[in-house]
Formats: sequence, C-alpha cells, structure tokens
Amino acid sequence: MRKVQVIVIGAGPAGLAACIEIAKAGGKAVLIDENGKPGGQLFKQIHKFFGSREHRAGVRGYNIGNQLLKETEDLGVEVFLDSPVYGLFRHPEGILVSYMHEGRERGLVGEKVILATGAAENALTFPGGTLPGVMGAGCAQTMINVNRVLPGEKIIMVGSGNVGLIVSYQLMQAGADVLALIEAAPSIGGYGVHAGKIRRAGVPILVGHTIKRVIGREQVEAVEIVALDEKFREIPGTEQTVACDTVCIAVGLTPLTELAWMAGCEFAFIPALGGHIPIHDGDMATTVAGLYVAGDIAGAEEASTAMEEGRLAGIAASEALGLYGPATAAPLKEAVWTRMDALRTGPFGQKRYEAKAQMLEIAKGGKQ
Amino acid sequence: MRVTKHPILPEEAPCDVTIYVDGKEIPAKAGEPIAAALLAAGIRVFRKTAKKGYPRGIFCGIGRCTDCVMTVDGQPNVRTCVTPVRAGMKVETQIGLGRWAEQA
Amino acid sequence: MMKEGVKYTGVPSAEELEQIPGIAGEARFEEGPVAVIECVQEIPCNPCEKACPFGAIAVGQPITNLPVLDEAKCTGCGSCLAKCPGLAIFLVHKNYTEATALVEFPFEYLPLPKAGDTVACGGRDGAYVCDGRVVKVNQNKAFDGTTLVSVEVPKKYYMTVRTICRKGRA
Repeated sequence: MRKVQVIVIGAGPAGLAACIEIAKAGGKAVLIDENGKPGGQLFKQIHKFFGSREHRAGVRGYNIGNQLLKETEDLGVEVFLDSPVYGLFRHPEGILVSYMHEGRERGLVGEKVILATGAAENALTFPGGTLPGVMGAGCAQTMINVNRVLPGEKIIMVGSGNVGLIVSYQLMQAGADVLALIEAAPSIGGYGVHAGKIRRAGVPILVGHTIKRVIGREQVEAVEIVALDEKFREIPGTEQTVACDTVCIAVGLTPLTELAWMAGCEFAFIPALGGHIPIHDGDMATTVAGLYVAGDIAGAEEASTAMEEGRLAGIAASEALGLYGPATAAPLKEAVWTRMDALRTGPFGQKRYEAKAQMLEIAKGGKQ
Repeated sequence: MRVTKHPILPEEAPCDVTIYVDGKEIPAKAGEPIAAALLAAGIRVFRKTAKKGYPRGIFCGIGRCTDCVMTVDGQPNVRTCVTPVRAGMKVETQIGLGRWAEQA
Repeated sequence: MMKEGVKYTGVPSAEELEQIPGIAGEARFEEGPVAVIECVQEIPCNPCEKACPFGAIAVGQPITNLPVLDEAKCTGCGSCLAKCPGLAIFLVHKNYTEATALVEFPFEYLPLPKAGDTVACGGRDGAYVCDGRVVKVNQNKAFDGTTLVSVEVPKKYYMTVRTICRKGRA
C-alpha cells in the first residue's frame, strides 16, 4: 500500500491552505476530495471578503479560491478528485485512508492525516418542510453562483446570519425576487452592512418571526409566518400568508465529522461552533495520534478562519514529521494564531473566540 | 431558469447537450449537476416517497441529504446534485427506492 | 413596537449615524464632495484604510475599529467606494448645483441605469425618496465588478438617498 507523509481530506479553503504549507515545508501532501472540482464552498462566494490584507480582504471569494488553487498547482500538490473517503483505520505506519476512485475501493496510508471536510447546512422542521422548493440557502447559492441556475423566483429566506443575508443579496443579483427575510430571534444575527444591502433593495427583515408551515401540493406555493414572543412562542393571531415558490433555510451549519467519529476522536459539545466538535489543541491535533482537523469541521466559522486553521494544521503536521524544527515552526504558528485572533474579535467574533478558547481548555484536560 | 446576464459573474456558455427526463428532451450543459439542468427547466419534483408518494426535490445541494436522488440511466438512488450531466443521459422521477432497469 | 437600529432592522438609526467617526461635520459637506463611511458595527475589516490615496481613512489596530474619516484630507475622489466589502461607503457632493446634490453609491445589480436616465431614488430602507437624474455610471476593472452610480437629487436629500429603488419594491 502506498504511503505518503500527509493525506489531506477535503479540498476546500482549509485543505488547500494545509497542502500549501506542507509543500512549503518540503513535505509531500496528497489532497483527496469527493467532488469533481476542488474549492469546497469557496467558489460560490461571489462577494468581497472582509478582514485585512493578509486575509485577502476586498477580494471576491472565488478569486481567493483561484489563488489557492494556483498555489497548490504550482507547488505540485497531488490531487485526487471524485474520490469520496469512506474510512479511516489504524495502521502500523500511520492512518489508513480508504476511498473510492473510479468505482473501486482504494487505500492510502498517511503518516499524518488532516480532516478538512467542512460542514453541512441544518434543516428546519415544519409542516410542508419537505416540499420541493424548500432548500438550504447554500444550495440556492451553489445553483445561482456556480451553476448559473435560478432555483426559484419568489423567495422567502429563513435566518438572518451572514449566510441568509448574503444569499438573499446574491439571489437578487441573479434576478430572483426576495420577498422577505425572517428571523426567529429578536435581532439580526449577521453583519449590519449585509442587512443594509438587502434593506436598500427593499427586502423587509422580519425579526421575531418564524415559519409556521409551507403550503403547497407538489411544491412550495405559499408560506404562513407567525410572530414570536420573547420566549420564542407563537403569538396567536399574528399569522400571515405570503405567496412564494421557494423557501431558503439558513439556520446554521453542523460540522461533517463522521470520519473523526470513526477514527475514534473524542468530541466536545460546543453549540457556538455548531455542535459536536472533535477535540483539538493549539496545533489542530485531535485526540487520535497523527490526526488533525481544520476548517468548519473544527467549528463552523468562515472561509478566512478555515484557511488559517488549514495553515496551522499544515505547519503542525510538518513539524511533527520533522520537516520543521520547533524553533522554525513556533513563529509560523504564532503568526497564524495572531491572524486568527484578529478575525475572532468584535461583537461578532467574540463568541467564537471564547468557544475556541473553551476548546483549547478542554484539549488540555479541562472540564467539558 | 438560467441566469445568462449577471452583474458580477462572466457570461455563461450556452447549453451544449440534450438529456431525457421522463422521456422529455431537456437542454443541458455537459458536466453540470443533473439537478441544475432540471431546475433550469422548471422541474422541481425529483422523486416520490415510498409509502405515501410525497414529492421530494433538492435540499442541501452538496450530496449529503439524498433528497434529490433519481434513477439515472437505469441506476436508482443517484444524487443528482453532485452527478454531472452527460449527453443523452436518461433521468427518471424515482418512485420510492427505485428499481434497477432490466438489463437487455 | 419595532426597535430601531442596525441590529434590529438592518438600517442604521439616526443616533447610530451621529455617533460614528466615518461621517464628516456639516461644514465639510459645504466645501465639496466628501466620502461618507456608514460603518456602524465593529467587524474585523480594513480595506478602506489602504484604499484612500490621501490617507484620509484610519482603522489601525485592532482591525475591528470603526473607520475614522479625516475630513480635511478627504478630497472626495471616491477611491474607497468600490473597496468596501460591505458597500457601506458613499460619496456626497452637497453643493453639486445650487438646488441639487450628487450622491454616488456602489451598485451591483442588473439592469444598470444609463447616464441621463430619470430613476426612483431610495433611502437606506429602500423606500422611495424622490426622482433623480443619473449623472454617471462608473465601471472600472479596478472596481472588480462593483459599479458606482451617481444620481442628482434635490439638495435636501443628500443624507437620505443611498440607492436606486429596486423595481416594484419601494
């Protein structure tokens, strides 16, 4: 069985950044992804990113994706596409990664493995919630920005986090009519500037409202929304029916952690990061020797933090392989932490900063 | 509906292949997800559930939830959101768990 | 019953706009075009700082600081408008003519208006404010897809008009 120094599973921003760091350290990384194209969720981000220059602020997501891809190509990183990984197993020389490729089961042994499998959108349960026309906001975003197809024309968006706000904007850019954005909490979850853009386009943002049910026979025909009180209980008599053909759900992401479970990683439940998260330390190392995590699998955040965590895992894995001495690795890791801390500040970043600090404590043996 | 003109993204190439959905000809682009071609043609019901025949369509779009599965070229339970279109592909609304096509 | 403020409505309240350092004093508006940075929340973001060729925008560290506009250094060149990822910077020329002001804003939708068009102009909440005349539709490769639209409106709306009404929604 072929053995390589590092196997990186997931070719999104975290995985790509990890491979770049490993290649820079002089190591050999193999990147495996189940999709036909690398980039994860990066290529559907057509808006300009925030952050600072080192975070590539002001650059549109897909251009950042192209930059990362070019770097990995230039550095000669080996990439297996259309290769879903279905197992991680113990192996005397490291970790055995089992994957499908061209219809056959294959295996590769990695001295170190970095899991960068991302996160998936949450669903919401309500009557009519399974009707065609109810879809994840990220699904709609892929359809409009990557496939250039409008999944519907009269949209109700559920959820006012950055995903709900940004996808509402992008749906209008693609020509759809976003009728309203509804949010169960009493305030808007995402950035005011994102909300401001859709307000300027005349989209009402209804905080303190939720979906009661979706009406339709073969597909969405209307939604019934209802106001909530401060205890999130429906206020009788406030129901409104709105004709529409699509309901986009943007109510958070949950890390895709099946491979980490399978490998025997210990987990911690941290709601602010999206639920059950593989315990990881300041080097992104899990409780399984040689296995690292990076990006949304380690806590649903953003593409910029995913890239930084990917860098960190790549540097740490390179150090563990002896490609960097500790004196070289330490300042590199510190630089990543400084940049990540800068992203996790302010009223929006503070919760994530605290959640990640809690994770570090747990990794050191602190209480969960 | 296909988005041809976009304020940010470059102009898209036109459809270049034909696929068959329940026998009907649908224009598509080679390599795009089957689900995209269906949505572009206004088709949103991809399958019916086994017990009660409820309609189902795309939900997650990244190959995780399996709500979008259809029978493709005789093979059931194909995730249309991550499976690329090929010229002449035969896509069928799947009823329940689907059946393997009879091999001639 | 509806609370005011950007966290509740997506529209910064009058109080919020008064408190931020990105908007010049009244006197500066009389002197010529000036940037109006309507950034009211602390998020990690600073492209505006490097965008200004005259050093009129300061964010510093931490990068969550609200951008501070140096109204003396600001020449109203408009370089910052297309750089803000939040599309939160506008250019206002209060005394464009005796009766009208010129408001320039970032715009990323189709259809684009054409210079000379009369358009329905909207406020921060997208509601109709007044009719305006499109003076310029500025597109530049450096703007990376963001178009800058300038509309001439009655002078009293220089701090109200921030967009073109989206068809049928105003």
